[in-house]
Amino acid sequence: MTRKTALYEEHAKLGAQFTDFGGWEMPVRYSSDLVEHHAVRNEAGLFDISHMAEFFVAGAGAADFLNFALVGRASEIADGRAKYSLICAEDGGIIDDLIVYRLAEQDFLVIANAGNRDNVAKALRERVAGFDAELRDESDNFGLLAIQGPRAVEILQTLTSTDLGSLKYYSIDAGRLVDVDVFFARTGYTGEDGFEVLVRAEHSATVWNALLAAGASKGLVPTGLACRDTLRLEAGMPLYGHELGRDTNPFQAGFGRVVRFDREEDFVGRKALEALAGHAQSQRLVGLVGEGKRAARAEYPIYASDALIGEVTSGALSPTLGYPVAMAYVSTEHAEVGSVVSVDIRGTRTDFTVVNLPFYKRTK
Amino acid sequence: MSELKYTKEHEWLAIDGDVATVGITAYAAEKLGDVVYVDLPAVGSATTYMKICGEIESTKSVGELYAPVDGEVTAINDAVVSSPELVNQDAFGAGWLVKIRFSSLPELLTEAEYKALIGEA
Repeated sequence: MTRKTALYEEHAKLGAQFTDFGGWEMPVRYSSDLVEHHAVRNEAGLFDISHMAEFFVAGAGAADFLNFALVGRASEIADGRAKYSLICAEDGGIIDDLIVYRLAEQDFLVIANAGNRDNVAKALRERVAGFDAELRDESDNFGLLAIQGPRAVEILQTLTSTDLGSLKYYSIDAGRLVDVDVFFARTGYTGEDGFEVLVRAEHSATVWNALLAAGASKGLVPTGLACRDTLRLEAGMPLYGHELGRDTNPFQAGFGRVVRFDREEDFVGRKALEALAGHAQSQRLVGLVGEGKRAARAEYPIYASDALIGEVTSGALSPTLGYPVAMAYVSTEHAEVGSVVSVDIRGTRTDFTVVNLPFYKRTK
Repeated sequence: MSELKYTKEHEWLAIDGDVATVGITAYAAEKLGDVVYVDLPAVGSATTYMKICGEIESTKSVGELYAPVDGEVTAINDAVVSSPELVNQDAFGAGWLVKIRFSSLPELLTEAEYKALIGEA
């Protein structure tokens, strides 16, 4: 049985096509993947990402608890700021990637992936024992809308008195939007500027419709998961289940900087992660670009002459760049920028070149 | 030309004498999403009924083109190779893919049968 967000009826009214994502019936597109992709790059798009999971952590020991539960250091996040982090298992495998927001000295918000909600909830519940902190899974009570694109701030600003322009990237602030209490977080998953608006589920539709109305004359369109995937791929952002998983570790995924060993306190997975960090990684996550129009897609094998050296994790013909881009795990000896590898695209070997991520970076 | 015929693999055929013009249906094009790359068989190549003879790629996925008849490719739509979006814009017209000369026709779906298949009857 798939679940629906509070906005399901709104999506249906807009003519959305739906897809199952992490057990949720989510809009995959409203009009066209490419139209929606370009709208986010050039104007603005509005995503319903209410399927994502929200955990609130409060109490005198909240920071200590998160320091222990995650690989990053929540205690170093300033009030009103956010940080990308990972939650790992004892063996160092990645349970999920998430964003930690510090709402106040003793109040945190952790946003995790929909498909990992149960695993994250279970791990956090186990790890909170002994800390002076209260953990609340509020995923069912909140909706999350992402307005992304160069005109996102301008559109959102018409509906609130909060000074959004002064809110820095990876910051969060409480405010009001059309008489509804919300949080504005300047975060996203598209490579563009924009906000994620956290709202109680019963007010999701009010906010969604107000945003669409406010942005209609400014190029804002509702945008689905299909373009969200090509946008985040161009921006070199990982997707759990593709670039990240229980059998990948943060170092091969290029997230070694997120794991904070330079501290006294213990955290779950520390011992295993220290051992992993001390070894050369056999595989590394890289960016690949090709010529022509044929995309290297997830799970396609990668060769160097006749040796199997890796696998594509995500790939598409980049709508912004016009050539195929992919992320892949390849053997470390082939992971240097400029290295040429051969992807088996449904029986045809095709050359791809290793490049630095991201593929696309917005101009300020 | 008579009414279009269809396959279960979401191809349409316009039969004119012993040549079938073949494309994918608007339903299939919509399911695929934006078509960004089309790979078609060479003119003169032989096709075998329900064997893959081409690919239609969208941003999200890859669709296979199944030969709807045994025959020989007499023409391909160069316009759709250079402008794959024609498949979405006009699946039954400018978005046609190949013309195949056939000796006999397999059993194909009528429009009513195809609509029933995709739940639009």
